[in-house]
Amino acid sequence: MSNSDFDIKYVANLARIRLTSDQEARLGSQLGDILGYIKKLEELDISNVEPMAHAVPLHNVMRADQVQPSITNEEALANAPKTANGLFIVPKIVE
Amino acid sequence: MEYEAVIGLETHCQLKTKSKMFCGCANEFGADPNTNVCPVCLGMPGVLPVPNELALQLTALTGYLLNCEVPEFAKFDRKNYFYPDVCKDYQITQFDFPSTTTGYVDFEFGSKIERVRITRAHLEEDVGKNNHFDQHSGVDFNRAGVPLLEIVSEPDISSADMAYDYLNALKDILIYGGISDCDMEKGMVRCDVNISVRPKGVTELGTKVEIKNMNTFSGVRRAINYEVPRQIETLESGGTLVQETRRWDDDAGMTETMRSKEHAHDYRYFPEPDLMPLRPSEAWLEEVRKHVVELPLARKQRFIQDYNIPAQDAEVFVGNVSLGDFFEKAVDGSKNAKTIANWVINNLQARLVESELTIDELKFGPEAIRELVEIIDVGEISNKGGQEVFTELFNNGGSPKAIVDARGLAQVSDSGELDKWCRDAIDANPGPADDVRNGRENAINFLKGQVMKASRGKANPQMVGETLFKLLKG
Repeated sequence: MSNSDFDIKYVANLARIRLTSDQEARLGSQLGDILGYIKKLEELDISNVEPMAHAVPLHNVMRADQVQPSITNEEALANAPKTANGLFIVPKIVE
Repeated sequence: MEYEAVIGLETHCQLKTKSKMFCGCANEFGADPNTNVCPVCLGMPGVLPVPNELALQLTALTGYLLNCEVPEFAKFDRKNYFYPDVCKDYQITQFDFPSTTTGYVDFEFGSKIERVRITRAHLEEDVGKNNHFDQHSGVDFNRAGVPLLEIVSEPDISSADMAYDYLNALKDILIYGGISDCDMEKGMVRCDVNISVRPKGVTELGTKVEIKNMNTFSGVRRAINYEVPRQIETLESGGTLVQETRRWDDDAGMTETMRSKEHAHDYRYFPEPDLMPLRPSEAWLEEVRKHVVELPLARKQRFIQDYNIPAQDAEVFVGNVSLGDFFEKAVDGSKNAKTIANWVINNLQARLVESELTIDELKFGPEAIRELVEIIDVGEISNKGGQEVFTELFNNGGSPKAIVDARGLAQVSDSGELDKWCRDAIDANPGPADDVRNGRENAINFLKGQVMKASRGKANPQMVGETLFKLLKG
């Protein structure tokens, strides 16, 4: 797959990363190589294969509706760059 | 040109569980910020979510109550987007294999029963709550991970009022089924509204506008009443509509653009690798089906039909299930359901509210109301005596017949005794008696009052009237 099959700018925007034009060219071509490699799978005839939802053959893994202890507010906020009144402080959300 | 509105609703409601969807943190409103949180619902690396079985059961139950199919296979997916209230940068939801599909809700709209088809009701996790300040925003993740059911309707709704009635019917069903408390004040129900308009008779859908995050039903009604004319006016004045997401500003009473299609999110759904697929077994579903309840509309129709009571009375018994159940037990074996309904609604319900008691705390059973109505119907006590019996029942319990005996409330219907009281009253009050004889029949009420007084209220009032009349005119 060539990197003209996808829009590297769009992908970068989805991932919220800013790329220089050099990086766009380099990462675009690398990503194209990876996708080309994956594309090999399309050579297989899988018309009779059920799509698999999970690699582990388990289902209905559930827990009972029971409350377990939470962590403290201090622990919850320990990694936060900015906090106030028990909240995670983030740049003003405008949407 | 005449236009019609085409409206579909996505209704999110929080499920009534003790713990969150994928971790054991409490599903609780009003706790201090970020205290019902753990590494799972804070989206820390390396954690493993495990689904709450009750949430899955309530989802399947919703499916049954909304006449949906409950597929034999379902799975969870990741919906990827960046937003401060989504700490994992994805929300766990169900994309292509939801837990329930294709159902419908029947509800009263005006004088008709309308049907809105349900596309699906799928399970997802709620996100955190944003608080907005002057310079910053603050995020509380207590709500993140609370099980949320998204009920998606087909675009079968044609007006603001219909949307409003649909939402209320849906809410009643969810409360009935014990699925959600649907407390709007606590943000337990939120709605996205999809609206388009098209010329009447055209089958193609017009350009769709989505109004996000409505948290009151009356707000939904107001937003639709604003948005539909806006779209029609745009088209009529030669403009074109763009597919976009709009925000409802309740203070201004208008919608405004939030983001257009070009800026629509690309969610890149993919199967959630941390969660195993679901294949509900027949035994598991059978257990869920045991919790299927009679729906509000069906209950109302049954009460009207089976007991021949007015619609307003039936509505009281739909709105107050325990009162309705009490009524049904009281009616069992009685011929006078209408009067029993009156007693249960006008007296019992009023006293319960007044004394802040629940029906389980009553000192008497439903059969006491049946007996009370019976002894009034046969004339053993007057309506007024009935009130006294009821008050005693309510305060101290017991049986109506025993209370009548103990308090000497039985009406005197014995003609000998009545005859004597009536003659005494006529003799003592010759003026009014003459008035009646001379055709002023209203004067009989005065004499009646005298007899009731003499009998200390025990005389059967109807028989008193008849006896006086016979003595004076007969």
